[in-house]
Amino acid sequence: MNKTNKYSMKNVDLWYNDFHALKNINMDIPPNEITAFIGPSGCGKSTLIKSLNRMNDLVEGCKISGSILLDGESIHGNIDVNALRKRVGMVFQKPNPFPMSVYDNIAYGPRTHGIKSKFKLNEIVEKSLLDAAIWDELKDRLKKSALSLSGGQQQRLCIARALSVQPDVLLMDEPTSALDPISTAKIEELVIKLKTDYTIVIVTHNMQQAVRISDNTGFFLLGELIEYGNTQQIFSMPSDKRTEDYITGRFG
Amino acid sequence: MGKRSLVLVIADKEIAAKILFALSASAAILAVGLICVFLFMQGLPAIWNIGIINFLTGTSWRPTWDPPLYGILPMIVGSLYVTAGAILFGVPIGIFAAVFMAKFCPSPVHKILKPAINLLAGIPSVVYGYFGMVVLVPFVRENFGGNGNSILTASILLGMMILPTIITISESAIRAISPEIYEGAIALGASHENASFRVVLPAAKSGVMAAVILGIGRAIGETMAVRMVAGNQAVLRMPHEFLSGARTLTTNVVLELGDAYGGHRAALIATGVVLFVFILLINALFSMLKKKGGA
Ligand SMILES: Nc1ncnc2c1ncn2[C@@H]1O[C@H](COP(=O)(O)OP(=O)(O)O)[C@@H](O)[C@H]1O
Ligand SMILES: [Mg+2]
Repeated sequence: MNKTNKYSMKNVDLWYNDFHALKNINMDIPPNEITAFIGPSGCGKSTLIKSLNRMNDLVEGCKISGSILLDGESIHGNIDVNALRKRVGMVFQKPNPFPMSVYDNIAYGPRTHGIKSKFKLNEIVEKSLLDAAIWDELKDRLKKSALSLSGGQQQRLCIARALSVQPDVLLMDEPTSALDPISTAKIEELVIKLKTDYTIVIVTHNMQQAVRISDNTGFFLLGELIEYGNTQQIFSMPSDKRTEDYITGRFG
Repeated sequence: MGKRSLVLVIADKEIAAKILFALSASAAILAVGLICVFLFMQGLPAIWNIGIINFLTGTSWRPTWDPPLYGILPMIVGSLYVTAGAILFGVPIGIFAAVFMAKFCPSPVHKILKPAINLLAGIPSVVYGYFGMVVLVPFVRENFGGNGNSILTASILLGMMILPTIITISESAIRAISPEIYEGAIALGASHENASFRVVLPAAKSGVMAAVILGIGRAIGETMAVRMVAGNQAVLRMPHEFLSGARTLTTNVVLELGDAYGGHRAALIATGVVLFVFILLINALFSMLKKKGGA
């Protein structure tokens, strides 16, 4: 790999109080690619992805050790965690639009980061919705409550909301697990399109999804990274027996 | 005793319990119904006799004159002033306190604050009134002028009295907002303060509105404490006269009902009807908001 890595994790361990949830994770995430985390429920995928924008800080009793570098700089060092989260957007498993209008959902982030001009905000709202491929559906409904949208639209709105603060990384934790196949297909298509501008990390339960969209795949089991590499390779000739068992559906 | 009769005994008990619950529920409804019937039966003819326009818009309350004047506009306006004043003081403080308790205060502090606020809700209004007389009245007199028995004093006191209602209900509305909403804001790089005030609090707005409306209901219906600090003059005041005394609908009734008879007594009951209609409107507003919040 000759590109410099977006993320570089070294010896990352994480505990929820006494529970050792991540065990010695070493992993590099290349820029402008889609990296998928797969593995059975409870293996630590969400925990790891939430470590990348320090959402785990909100969890009481959560301790982390080792180093996580973003563009070569530690995310635990002398940095502003809000600035980190502005740089690293996140889309959650269940669509979580704010109970306000479509417009305000998108404008909230930029406003929070100091943009006041109505003109500039309009521009950001339009661009974010365009980038999330939902502008055509929503351009006449900007004043409507975001809660009136369908689940799939809500999730794309949440993607647009994440894009509104111009991040360079997009973390997605099972973004399609609550959606129907058509909405899922739309989001997959969108994610592939977004990788030209963003580094994307996606947790997925769906192995076909990982194959369809990701460039790299990491397989996790009980808090350990069992195998990590090129997606084609992992799925065609996994080197670890446990990976093979998982992707051939023998467990999980 | 066989198995079967045991089942019967249990079934009997269940039926008995059901009847008991139904009776208790109907007692409450019956009480409301009776209050309505008697209030309106006695009050409406009085309003009719005085003339609804004269009654509601008359600015003079002279029950001992011949002929007597029964205009309750001063009292309606007085009630509106002290209620608005209570909202002005109580609502911002109450909402900030609720956000603090739901989102900022460490749990050991919460363990002290919560029962303290519950206690505040349980203090009898005569005790609030006493506090108003010995603390607020001199405070207002010395710092703002007048004799201290005033619309302002009553507003501050009522603002304090509605705090527990507003804090308790707003806090639970804020806590009911799912953490995913808060996390969505945090994940955009918002600070804890920003996420709490600009996302979580607005998300809880129908609950907070309900809290405010219940507070208004409490303020408009409060009698004893207001009577002790408001001066109670049945004079139509202008808003800038907030350092003067005023009489509210409730205090009008309680001040005079003791030795009123005939038309005077009927006019006081009619005052109660107007108060009751206010409360009904407030309750209707409340259930409308609750429905909207639930949808
Ligand atoms: N806040 C928490 N407190 C304690 N344990 C947790 C917490 N969150 C997750 N865990 C535990 O950590 C493990 C990994 O969870 P998670 O990262 O959510 O797994 P996945 O996303 O792969 O299903 C699980 O055993 C889970 O029970
Ligand atoms: Mg998960």
